Amino acid sequence: MLHSSGERPPYPRNLDTVKHATETPDVEQPWSELGLKQDEYERIREILGRRPTGAELAMYSVMWSEHCSYKSSKVHLKQFGEKAPENDAMLVGIGENAGVVDVGQGYAVTFKVESHNHPSYIEPYQGAATGVGGIVRDILAMGARPVAVMDPLRFGAADHPDTKRVLPGVVAGIGGYGNCLGLPNIGGEVVFDDCYQGNPLVNALCVGVMKHEDIHLAKASGTGNKVILYGARTGGDGIGGVSVLASETFESTGPAKRPAVQVGDPFQEKLLIECTLEIFKENLVAGIQDLGGAGLSCATSELASAGSGGMRVELDTVPLRDATLSPEEILMSESQERMCAIVEPDKVDRFLEICEKWDVIATVIGEVTEGDRLEIFWHGEQIVDVPPRSVAHEGPTYHRPYERPSWQDALQADDANKLPRPASGAELKEQVLKLVASPNQASKSWITDQYDRFVQGNTVLAQPEDSGMIRIDADTNLGVAVATDGNGRYAKLDPYAGAQLALAEAYRNVATTGAKPLAVSDCLNFGSPEDPAVMWQFAEATRGLADACQTLGTPVTGGNVSLYNQTGETAIHPTPVVAVLGVIDDVTRRTPVAFKEEGQLLYLLGDTKEEFGGSAWSQVIHGHLGGLPPAVDLERERLLAEILISASRDGMIDAAHDLSDGGLIQAVVESCLRGGTGARLVVPDGLDAFTFLFSESAGRAVVAVPRSEELRFTDMCGARGLPVTRIGVVDGAESDSNAVVDVQGEFVLSLAELRTAHEETIPALLV
Amino acid sequence: MARVVVDVMLKPEILDPQGQAVQRALPRLGFEGISDVRQGKRFELEVDGPLDEAALARIHEMAETFLANTVIEDFVVKVEEAEAVKVES
Repeated sequence: MLHSSGERPPYPRNLDTVKHATETPDVEQPWSELGLKQDEYERIREILGRRPTGAELAMYSVMWSEHCSYKSSKVHLKQFGEKAPENDAMLVGIGENAGVVDVGQGYAVTFKVESHNHPSYIEPYQGAATGVGGIVRDILAMGARPVAVMDPLRFGAADHPDTKRVLPGVVAGIGGYGNCLGLPNIGGEVVFDDCYQGNPLVNALCVGVMKHEDIHLAKASGTGNKVILYGARTGGDGIGGVSVLASETFESTGPAKRPAVQVGDPFQEKLLIECTLEIFKENLVAGIQDLGGAGLSCATSELASAGSGGMRVELDTVPLRDATLSPEEILMSESQERMCAIVEPDKVDRFLEICEKWDVIATVIGEVTEGDRLEIFWHGEQIVDVPPRSVAHEGPTYHRPYERPSWQDALQADDANKLPRPASGAELKEQVLKLVASPNQASKSWITDQYDRFVQGNTVLAQPEDSGMIRIDADTNLGVAVATDGNGRYAKLDPYAGAQLALAEAYRNVATTGAKPLAVSDCLNFGSPEDPAVMWQFAEATRGLADACQTLGTPVTGGNVSLYNQTGETAIHPTPVVAVLGVIDDVTRRTPVAFKEEGQLLYLLGDTKEEFGGSAWSQVIHGHLGGLPPAVDLERERLLAEILISASRDGMIDAAHDLSDGGLIQAVVESCLRGGTGARLVVPDGLDAFTFLFSESAGRAVVAVPRSEELRFTDMCGARGLPVTRIGVVDGAESDSNAVVDVQGEFVLSLAELRTAHEETIPALLV
Repeated sequence: MARVVVDVMLKPEILDPQGQAVQRALPRLGFEGISDVRQGKRFELEVDGPLDEAALARIHEMAETFLANTVIEDFVVKVEEAEAVKVES
């Protein structure tokens, strides 16, 4: 296919071959424009024993970028491996496309969360859509059928004009891509904060299910095996810095500039999913990898690096959407909906047959070779000859300086507990209304209603429940639950504790729905690693998360790091987003958040302390961020989780809601609104009404207990040593118009009033 | 009244799934010999008042900020009425 203006450039043109590079050692190369540092360029020359060709330079530059090489973060990330708790459920750990966890009955589940932040700011719809597409292919590459997606999102201030541009585009993109794929979107988060203005965080998670024997790995082994590229044609999408290089080798035949934006095609991806699963079923691949960031450069070098031999690729056989692409651009292109498979020669015909059936273009582009080099040819001339490990796995490692920022002490000393508190019941009431209507606490159904949450018919729980839950076996009702959480405000106050609180909340959310937490995936969103303060936040957060994963016995199975989320000198709040996956033997035993039955007793589990640092109350009422986040007690989290899981399994509770931002009153209001009931609450002895309602102490949940189960439930809590306090009763039905939330002696709010406050905020902001 | 046409096309390097779908359908329906299809949008704007340079500049701005998504699309503004062209010249 040609451009209207473009004539196929004559081949071979000014091709920078390996031979040419050897003969012309002194040619100036645009390494700096490609984002490489002087010492990195020198190292490439050292590895190769000559200057790199244009194609090699392109490959190294993109594979050694922060995004692909984790060069600033990996010295810290290795704690996730070193401190990984013993966990029999882990089938595949960090390092593959995604981790794989055993969930019993022969099933394995793979899940991962990734960022697509920057593209989503530039082009919200396509950025978010291709974020979904990318993570789905990661999961597919492990051998699993993708079954659900989730999207943790962070935007600038809700009333900022740019949020009106970014948010609807992102939401439509996620919905558009995910809905077309037929994947339910079962959860996630939406958070607004000024710090994300200009740096929205669009993280995407996918869950996939397979049988143990179906696990596939990304490695190229077996000399003579064929390398097959299949899926969409390669176009000029997402070629970032390489355009600099292109302008060196292109005369004036190519398009003026290559956009960093990719456009996805969910229907092509759906074909790719079904095609790939059929290929797996017939056991036709020896190794497989999806093409995401860094495209073919990444896929070929990673496959070859992980395998036993080398690889030879004929780059001119790659099917193109745009014939004017240079070899460098083909190597860098991030065109969507492509996969790369390693296939034994006698299985190639069948592989191609299946691709043809699904209308998926498939091309043999090379083969696994005996040596240990990755060699790439363009019309017979060699343009790449590198040791693949040096590209994929042995990139630079930085021990970036980090230092606790000078302002941290002042921030922590600015104690939120000293802020003026409401003095009367009337003032409390006013603040409750204000809080439940604030953008972060308000109902997100305007957003989540645009996602298909129930397609495929296996969704058990979806937003606004505490975790998303999917049934994976229709006969036994085995299911998995996933929750994502992350509180940038907490992490800003104390990155170590903030990361642990993110894990604790996701862990608690999974347990609240009745599932047993098993494993973790994380998306670490931070500012620039070149700022020692940001690097300190990163170091603290990873250390905190690794320590907490060790204590809770939930290993990190994989994830993603997104750095440079900052505008000028101002970084976003450190935002570690943590996803926890749990398993539930029988999804019919799940615990929803809704208070449905009048007369059921409300119990508060855990200890409530005066903890307002980073709280929703301090933000909404005082526009304040200071002090310390709530204390972390991981043993308490574990105990709480065990109680919630047992209570769910044995039918002792009918509803449960985790307590996090906004505190108890937020949880009670949400549960009442969800169930269409009212609640009467009594402030327990030893607590003042304000602390009772708004404190954000961790390790807590509120549960609704049928009267017949009261004794059994409180006895269990007592025996296990979990503080349990009776705080009220479910009372009044919305259908009878007599539902109120009544905090005795303080105030009464009608459910209708609360519903209006809670549900009208987001639509009003965005319409 | 003058008519101004704004043609919006995806940039050449951007994937066009709709165009591809059309292209794939053509041979199935017996239409051979088409190697590529790109699909775009056409806006016909009826302009009140004289179509002077200011009006055209406004339409240009309109196209750039609203009718086209210039991150992934190009656009062309064309004046259609003969008399309008006179005004322009």
